[in-house]
Amino acid sequence: MELLITFVNGLSLGGIYAMIALGYTMVYGIAKMLNFAHGDVIMVGGYMILLFLPINPIVAIIAAIIFCTVVGIVIEKVAYKPLRGASPLAVLITAIGVSYLLQSVAQIAFGSASRFVVIANLGTLKIGSLAIGYSTIITLICSMIVMIGLNLFVKFSKTGRAMIAVSEDKGAAQLMGINVNNIIMITFAIGSALAALASLFFLLKAPSITPTFGALPGIKAFTAAVIGGIGSIPGAMVGGLLLGVIECFAQSVPAIAPYTDAIEFSILIIILLVKPTGLLGKKRREKV
Amino acid sequence: MKNIKWKHYINYILVGIVTLIFTILAFCGALERSLQVNLEQIAIAMMLAVSLSLVVGFLGELSIGHAGFMCVGAYLGGKISSILVPILGNGLLALAASLLVGGLCAGICGFIIGLPALRLKGDYLAITTLAFGEIVRVLFLNSSSESFGGALGLPTPRFDRKYLFIICFLMVLLTLFVVQNLIRSKHGRAITAIRDNEIAARATGINVTKYKLVGFIVAAIFAGFAGVLFSYTQPNVSSITFNYNYSIEMLVIVVLGGMGNLTGSLIAAAAVTLINSFLQAKLPGDLAVLKDLLYALILIVVVVYSNSPALKNFRDKYNLRNLFAKFSKNKHDSDDSTRWDVVPTKIKMDAILSTDIVVNDPQADKADKPKGDK
Repeated sequence: MELLITFVNGLSLGGIYAMIALGYTMVYGIAKMLNFAHGDVIMVGGYMILLFLPINPIVAIIAAIIFCTVVGIVIEKVAYKPLRGASPLAVLITAIGVSYLLQSVAQIAFGSASRFVVIANLGTLKIGSLAIGYSTIITLICSMIVMIGLNLFVKFSKTGRAMIAVSEDKGAAQLMGINVNNIIMITFAIGSALAALASLFFLLKAPSITPTFGALPGIKAFTAAVIGGIGSIPGAMVGGLLLGVIECFAQSVPAIAPYTDAIEFSILIIILLVKPTGLLGKKRREKV
Repeated sequence: MKNIKWKHYINYILVGIVTLIFTILAFCGALERSLQVNLEQIAIAMMLAVSLSLVVGFLGELSIGHAGFMCVGAYLGGKISSILVPILGNGLLALAASLLVGGLCAGICGFIIGLPALRLKGDYLAITTLAFGEIVRVLFLNSSSESFGGALGLPTPRFDRKYLFIICFLMVLLTLFVVQNLIRSKHGRAITAIRDNEIAARATGINVTKYKLVGFIVAAIFAGFAGVLFSYTQPNVSSITFNYNYSIEMLVIVVLGGMGNLTGSLIAAAAVTLINSFLQAKLPGDLAVLKDLLYALILIVVVVYSNSPALKNFRDKYNLRNLFAKFSKNKHDSDDSTRWDVVPTKIKMDAILSTDIVVNDPQADKADKPKGDK
């Protein structure tokens, strides 16, 4: 029974990772760049919830989502768009710079001490001897809905199919009348909105926030995206859930709990060594 | 030809002069301990920058786990010094032994990280190096207090640290010597060829596997050396130092100095370290974060300015090298594709490799003809 609870907790945590990983993987698939600042957008969302919480929790969540979307679009326009067509290394380093920038701005605005953000006290669900927090269940359900919804959106909506087209061949997509710049902007907007949602669920799990709040979840979600095969939406989901379950099981064993991060990263390296494009990634042949 | 020869030695001259001046100052007793600490930090930053430059600037692989190699060197160096210093009673002999072991172990780690580098590329490799840095840090953080000090850090023994900065600078010279000679050899040209086009390099018979591993191992060994020196300059080696941000700071230095430009890396290392310690001393508490803000802004502006395709014309117009070229008699050739010691900017691989041949275009025909051709 203990194992079952750990598993459900793991799935819930994995759901959050998957949501962040979706942001990484979509941006990678469409703009062919690693958005290192994605983790820090989570942090921005968390602070927005902190700011607007005195008004109303629902308002706070909506404000966080809107603000994160705007931040995502601004980052794309200011930092990444001028570099389209430049070397991938330059883009990656700019992304690292943006991540640094967001962290230091947050530290100047809110201080480096951790702040408490209690959104709601949801209590726990008890079935016999089992006890699971309601927040865990809500997180799990919401993340599943978001993942399925996003999958349907990408597969069946016009914008979603334009996204697939852009990710496959930018030039050809442009010739078919797709506004590539708009599609990239929409991708960043969706990714950032998902990051805001992720910050909400993280705060439900542990109600405190610091300027580096998003760094580790960001790196972990990135790991999840790479494990699943970066650029692939189902891959991000599988990778996120897998990583969440592994983390919860590792933390439930006292002997190896301190090494949780090391275990997760080792799994990443092993998977990449065996399958260099991740679990569900497509192999891209290089053309000369 | 004379000009080029002078260029080859500029890094040694630069570091040598700085070392000499401060050594004389130190022996005259005009150098305070706090300044010596700054010099030690600068030397360590220089070693890290030069070694990272080998991987990022010349091999063309992004490594964001360089602090991991340094961490290995620092912990092993600290451990060995705490064993050997009481026995030998001599910091210098212990340092030599620590450098040997620390460098070797970091080199082995470099080999291990180089292995995935053979199969992975670009972004995937970047995350692997990041993962490696974190793994190393977590392992040392959770080590038992008898072995590596655990969460409290590993205390290093007390001994006279006077003149340690001279050794640090001598190690910088050694790093420069090895890295420069490697780059300027046939092996170095192979390494830069892999950076510019791996497939083309493979096609010309370059052993990509070997050179990638060599690049990673050499960089790791010198990062290990820097770690060992770091452990000798600090009273305590703590795993918190070697976090992700530290790796990023090294990357910032390499990027600011200009990728594949060792002189730039050296100057950037000195400047960033000085600004760091100056700002940390002057700014109170939370305002110290202004330093990070400054870094971030500089990083974004520099990279966007120097890489944006839209700003290319503007860059060419106000290029420092072009401005200087106006004053000097022998103007530089604007085509830098023949220069293997810098990242080629004007070479267009796609244009060279594409099979589209414009037949009836006299303008293009003229331009394509080599200059010596009559």
